[in-house]
Amino acid sequence: MPRMAPEPTPETQHFWDGTLKGELLLQRNKETGIAYFPPRPFDPRTGSRDVEVFKASGRATLYSYVINVRPRPDMGTEPYAIAVVQLEEGPRMMTNIVNCPQTPEALQLDMPLQVTFEKISDTIALPLFEPAKG
Amino acid sequence: MKQKSVAVVGAAETTKMGKIPDVSVIGLHADAALNAMKDAGLTPADIDGVATAGVSPVELAHYLGITPTYADGTSVGGCSFMLHVRHAAAAINAGLATTILITHGESGRSRVGAGGFGRAPSSLMGQFEMPYGVGGPPTMFTIPVLRYMKTHGVTEEDLAMVAVIQREWAALNPRSSFKDPITVDDVLNSDMIAWPFRKLMCCLVTDGGGALILTSAERAKDFPQKPVYVLGTGESVETPMVSQMDDFNTSKAFRVSGKKAFDEAGISHSDVDHLMIYDAFAHLPLYGLEDLGFCKPGEAKDFIRERNTAIGGKLPLNTNGGGLSYMHSGMYGMYALQESVRQMRGIAPAQVKDANISVCHGVGGMFAASGTIIFSNEAP
Repeated sequence: MPRMAPEPTPETQHFWDGTLKGELLLQRNKETGIAYFPPRPFDPRTGSRDVEVFKASGRATLYSYVINVRPRPDMGTEPYAIAVVQLEEGPRMMTNIVNCPQTPEALQLDMPLQVTFEKISDTIALPLFEPAKG
Repeated sequence: MKQKSVAVVGAAETTKMGKIPDVSVIGLHADAALNAMKDAGLTPADIDGVATAGVSPVELAHYLGITPTYADGTSVGGCSFMLHVRHAAAAINAGLATTILITHGESGRSRVGAGGFGRAPSSLMGQFEMPYGVGGPPTMFTIPVLRYMKTHGVTEEDLAMVAVIQREWAALNPRSSFKDPITVDDVLNSDMIAWPFRKLMCCLVTDGGGALILTSAERAKDFPQKPVYVLGTGESVETPMVSQMDDFNTSKAFRVSGKKAFDEAGISHSDVDHLMIYDAFAHLPLYGLEDLGFCKPGEAKDFIRERNTAIGGKLPLNTNGGGLSYMHSGMYGMYALQESVRQMRGIAPAQVKDANISVCHGVGGMFAASGTIIFSNEAP
């Protein structure tokens, strides 16, 4: 069973184009410089449409998670963490933590992470996170 | 807006509760509605306002033969019925309708005539949460809790204690799904669902329904049941995506809704005799006690462990056994409201002696929405 895939809309297409190229793209208010997520063509803090897309550092920390021991059929058979990470630029996003045991011992809150991308179809790559190297 | 001129004059749950494989969703709505109308001494011809979630108010009105001048289809998850009460109070005060029926029915367990739980893959949740393997409330509503536990030093035992004490209340309720006592060890040894959540920290999945009928306080005196007055109401919404909550340690929707209701009622926390906090999972009463202002941040775990919310405690909480032990069809808010009304009428199976004010607090989605109703059995 193929993994459940997002279906981009005109407002989010740039984000998914970015992940396909190995870039995590966020948006920010051009006046205040404050970043936001998920994508939309205006800043939810001010309502301003004067916003721009920029490439995020890919650095994050682990904010919270659960370990799902009853995998969804498209997610394989092993337990996996469903995490929310705190991006260096401010916003948070849901993701999975990869290249790391899926255990409470290995997954410590506030541990440093970095983005990695997993291509799940010709048009979609998901931004996932792994323990930061060095 | 002050809404002191409105009261509940009819309240009932479905005839059966738990596993009801022979009734469809709309049938559960109708069964509860007919029971509530009987309770109030009314027929469908007396109802001029309808509100419901899950099914359309059009479907409800037509099925029951009601011709309303007011229809509310607010559907924000399990607390929708708190919002319906709030909107009904405003509508009655504004003259939009005189007698409003609010119904809930859900075939959560048997799935008779029930829809699915899907999200469009193009929705924000479909794009930015579903791809990571969430599988409904047990893997979504639970995500904030590890952060809350780290911030406040809350342990798995603290979460388990919520379920243990609610089971003590459930034992007093003949209609509870689960009545046998459980210990903290029982909870911590129950099946893992999504770490750190075990099965006994998660709500039931059952079939059932409930209905309320509201009218003006002035008319309420002429009905057969003791009126239960609406003193204050609040509502708010935050985010459809749990990952985008402002702060995983607290619910903004809870805080906004609770404060609005308390301000409107003009009461203080020490005036509250009875409390319902929608408990889809064991962490919700902890968040609720803190976000409603009954406890300071991080202190709810001690408040519960010291048995303040247990039988004989100073703030009886979830006295029907809650979603963890009484019943939970999917949108539990209606059952919390029913228990508040029973307590204010003085007829609850686990009746709190001399209770005059009940606070009923609901959540919708995964911390997506909230509604708070403050009831009293004394005319304001």
